[in-house]
Amino acid sequence: MGIIRRFRQGRFSRIIQKIFGKKHAKIGIYGPPNVGKTTLANRILREWTGDIMGSVSDIPHETRRAKWKTNIKIDNGGSSLTMDLVDTPGISTKIDYKEFMNTYGLNKEESRVRAKEATEGVIEAIRWLEDIDGVVLVMDSTKDPFTQVNVTIIGNLEARDLPVLIAANKIDADEASPATLKSAFPQHPVVPISALTGYNTEDLYNNMVKHFRKKRHKKRG
Amino acid sequence: MVKKEKGISFNLISRQKLNNLSSSEKLKYILKEVKKGRILVLEHGLTPTEQTSLIENTMKEIDHDTFIGIEMEGYEEEKASFFQRVFGIIRKPRMTVIGPAHLLKTVHKDNDRIETTIIPGRGVD
Repeated sequence: MGIIRRFRQGRFSRIIQKIFGKKHAKIGIYGPPNVGKTTLANRILREWTGDIMGSVSDIPHETRRAKWKTNIKIDNGGSSLTMDLVDTPGISTKIDYKEFMNTYGLNKEESRVRAKEATEGVIEAIRWLEDIDGVVLVMDSTKDPFTQVNVTIIGNLEARDLPVLIAANKIDADEASPATLKSAFPQHPVVPISALTGYNTEDLYNNMVKHFRKKRHKKRG
Repeated sequence: MVKKEKGISFNLISRQKLNNLSSSEKLKYILKEVKKGRILVLEHGLTPTEQTSLIENTMKEIDHDTFIGIEMEGYEEEKASFFQRVFGIIRKPRMTVIGPAHLLKTVHKDNDRIETTIIPGRGVD
């Protein structure tokens, strides 16, 4: 191995990283239930590693335990970011097992188990906030963006001075309105995407590399 | 004996009351009141960190037959200007409404207005 190569991979590389920003970051995918977090995680993994993160479903709270994959390298042509990607359970202020029965046709036992696991998932997602370097906050661009969960997550990340990138998902739906999301949270970059079809994910990756590599001093909440 | 009327209790909580409590006391108080079926309007809302802790505590308290969680709506903290930060003036979070999810539903929220509806029939016991 040449001297220059060894030097680049060692101390010199770390100094450069300190000056110019991160090259490796732990990124959490956050958001309310059913906005497409796992669909997006699967899209990112499939495109950059050929793997997938987890199963998806129309029934809310399909992801009830956080899942993660390490060392996913994405690049935008000029620079790259290696990240550990954490797909978190949807954060909600309420969980009613009867909704799973009445709206989605699960039986009572399944619904109660799902609801119980979902409450544990929300707690786990919140605890992961302590351990991440940045967040892709997934929002459903067909719905009202001013939900308390969105406001709470953004406020929490701002208090910690952690970077947040908003993925305005479901842009393929007729009723999608990414402009509403942009006007609701003008202080953060908003990228309209369809995690399902892959529409505009290139733009998301470019923004992730640019945004999450920035030098920041993480505060603990 | 005066018969206690069963209805929905709507409590406006002053800034002074909340300022006298620590974060954990505040969250304990809110959750205790909401679990009794009360809807609270806080003159000064919770910080984002307190809100996250309230969600976490709520999840621990959910009992699927009697308490399904909370409905909470408020606005982000006002941003402190450069001079306020220099002089150490911290902006407080704005008004917040919190209630039990089986009683309180948000209909609409935008930058200026929070519209909620109260589901009648199940008030404070």
